[in-house]
Amino acid sequence: MTCGLSAAGGLAIGMVLPRSAKAWAGLPALPSSPENSAPPNEINAWLVIEPDSSVLVRMAHSELGQGTTTALAMLVAEELGCDWSKVKCEYASSNRNLRQNGVYKSQSTVGSRGLRSSVQFMQQAGASARARLVEAAARRWDVPAVACRWADGKVTHAASGRSLDYGALCQEATKITLAQEPEIKTPDQFKLVGKWTARLDTAPKLDGSAQFGIDAQVPGMVYAAVVSCPEWGGKLQSVDEAVIKDQRGVIAVVKLDDAVAVVADRYWRAKSALAKLKPVWAPGANAGVDSAQLDKAYRDALDGSMVVARKDGDATAALLAPGAKLVEAVYEVPYLAHAPMEPLNATVDLKANRLDVWISTQSPMDVLKLAASESGVAPENVYVHNGFVGGGFGRRTKHDELVHAIAVAKAVKKPVKLIWSREQDIRRDRYRPQAAVRFKAALNAKGQATALQGRIAVGSLLRSLGGPNAVPTGIEPMAVETIATHAYKIPSNDIGVQLKNAHVPVMFWRSVGASQNSFFIESFIDEMAHAAGQDPYLFRRAMLERPDYLAVLDTMAKKGNWGDPLAPGRGRGMAIVETYGTVTGQVAEVTVSPMGKVKVDRIVCVVDCYHAANPNTIAQQIEGGVVFGLTAALYGEITIKNGGPVQGNFDTYPMLRMAETPKIEVYLQPSGGKSWGGIGEPSVAPVAPAVCNAIFAATGKRVRKLPLKNLDLKSV
Amino acid sequence: MITIRVNGKQHQLDVEPDAPLLWVLRDELGLTGTKFGCGIAQCGACTVQVNGVAMRTCVLPLSAVVGKDITTIEGLSADITHPVQKAWLAEDVPQCGYCQSGQIMSAAAFLKAHPEPTDADIDKAMTNVCRCGTYPRIKKAIHRAAALVAGKGV
Repeated sequence: MTCGLSAAGGLAIGMVLPRSAKAWAGLPALPSSPENSAPPNEINAWLVIEPDSSVLVRMAHSELGQGTTTALAMLVAEELGCDWSKVKCEYASSNRNLRQNGVYKSQSTVGSRGLRSSVQFMQQAGASARARLVEAAARRWDVPAVACRWADGKVTHAASGRSLDYGALCQEATKITLAQEPEIKTPDQFKLVGKWTARLDTAPKLDGSAQFGIDAQVPGMVYAAVVSCPEWGGKLQSVDEAVIKDQRGVIAVVKLDDAVAVVADRYWRAKSALAKLKPVWAPGANAGVDSAQLDKAYRDALDGSMVVARKDGDATAALLAPGAKLVEAVYEVPYLAHAPMEPLNATVDLKANRLDVWISTQSPMDVLKLAASESGVAPENVYVHNGFVGGGFGRRTKHDELVHAIAVAKAVKKPVKLIWSREQDIRRDRYRPQAAVRFKAALNAKGQATALQGRIAVGSLLRSLGGPNAVPTGIEPMAVETIATHAYKIPSNDIGVQLKNAHVPVMFWRSVGASQNSFFIESFIDEMAHAAGQDPYLFRRAMLERPDYLAVLDTMAKKGNWGDPLAPGRGRGMAIVETYGTVTGQVAEVTVSPMGKVKVDRIVCVVDCYHAANPNTIAQQIEGGVVFGLTAALYGEITIKNGGPVQGNFDTYPMLRMAETPKIEVYLQPSGGKSWGGIGEPSVAPVAPAVCNAIFAATGKRVRKLPLKNLDLKSV
Repeated sequence: MITIRVNGKQHQLDVEPDAPLLWVLRDELGLTGTKFGCGIAQCGACTVQVNGVAMRTCVLPLSAVVGKDITTIEGLSADITHPVQKAWLAEDVPQCGYCQSGQIMSAAAFLKAHPEPTDADIDKAMTNVCRCGTYPRIKKAIHRAAALVAGKGV
């Protein structure tokens, strides 16, 4: 049969949800020749229905823990009308995607888009398959399709009392062409979608059977450990291999341009041998750069030329208006590492005309293209085996580890598993950018904001990833998001940005520009409220118009006990932002000890993502995002010395642990409408400003530079 | 040759005595449920039980576990029926799942010593890192597991 686009012009459907460890164990099966491997029961590229009526759904998005797999399968099952307990998932083949002109779209899992970018076509895939199954039954019974009903994986014809399982109809259904695509359900018709549903991938994560990229086993493979030059821009000058040549298991030392790898028969032998090497590095142009210089450069840039990101009204005049009360502040944040629990790694099996790659990725198509260009193997002969991903947070779209693995495989001519140590993972990360912002605002006699001026200096992610000629306009949406796009009714706005890249690589980091910009703008709104002598909740409320914003704001004030008295040394703060199509508000409660130690006691989080596919996985993402954002606010900091990062492991780049985790309360209030909001990132952004505003409430000290661990909040 | 006992099974290995147990489990025995996270015993992704005690194996030399009973996530139960696994399933704890083998092995050892833990006990004992932030659900699951063990059938 043919696969790919269905004859109706619709989408191929097909997926498998991991019910059990066994179901997932077969997930990253070798896509040996996917273009010929379509099983006879494949209704389309997304859906396979087996004779036992089990349903296999193919997932174009990676499972990084965010639960998209379960949520998307629910949407398909909803339309298909199948038995949810019989749904399984597998990853869509990126090789097939390449050969079949993007049948699985971009396959990239970024920007909290897993669900919202594919909800309609996944629903359509389920609906289309169901319509063809019903039509197949109707033809077999020689009755009109409209006389048939479907539910729980069966088509029934009530008038004659007949019924058939989907499994019995699938082969016929694959041959049916629909005159037109069926309509998908409206949200009020959902039965499964919107219900708290257990994840499909939990069981294999409880017994060690879930296969992550790092777990790949290839016959005959060797292991590689690698260390890069401590400073970006430096090169490998020389390395004395003699010191490890007699070490057991060592196979080769592979010299790379700015790194050196040791290959051995076991990873620990490679790692311990590498630790004994004393590579000599040739310093590059940035070997003298440190964080003090970078801090100054970003602050100085605030007085430099700016590109207009938003201009309405006359902010300059409003700031100069007689009687206007001025508020001004400069905020700063450092570089931040992603630090997923699974350090970057790649396993490659490079043959003359074929390359297989096992890797944890957010973007298998990028892996495929990069692997092809690095190896010289034609893209259509590259096969990406993507397993479970041990955390991504934006890092796993640019695969520097794969470049290393392919270089080593070329040198040793054997299958190679290359694992970055945690130190390599943190020191060769591409960070959330360092940034500085200066705000000025004017308040009138009634305490209303009349003008907001913002000056932003931040590294361009796209220039760092794609070269200095990227972003010719000088405005990158990520650089200004939540500042230029704030929802407050302020008559005049003047927001400018200077994209300023240092030699330190930067890229997307969970919630991206919103993560630092929300700290800036929502802290400054708080400063404006206090300057106006107003309650921060009521000050915001008076400047917000959209009903979704107002509803979130009111709920968070209510659930967060806004206004209730607190003991001395305790305080409450709030923040509200729209990110990734979702409005999220938080109220933080903190205690600051006389010695200045901050304890975040409670975070109340209210979320309007318009539609909720699976409240279970949404709650997980909201809670997890709070922990992620709080880790950054309290501790997160990569500093630069001699051109390279200082921190390298969890002893110097600490993570929030159980004991420091506040009580987190999540309230979902989806308000409906046409769009589905993202959920993987939105709860990260409000954490820092809510906590810092609470610290102000508790201590009267305004936090303008993160992380909090560097601040002196002592009151004694 | 060194002999170690993992999940009740003896293994004779031609491996250096200072080889870290983590990599012996993963690369010699193919028990990949135990994970590498930091290599300096900070994160706990590599936690297994040695004579019932939670140990971080990325820095634990093989010579230190000779003659002892090593239990990995693969050996905790045959079919995800250990009370901690059942509680983790009921609370739907994992997100990415990478740290969860270590979390589960730590929690199982902890509960043996603290059958009726308070939140403070859990905070003190459970120091494994979860970058996805599953801590609130881990705490709930530990209480649930304790109730299961006590026969309260939660």
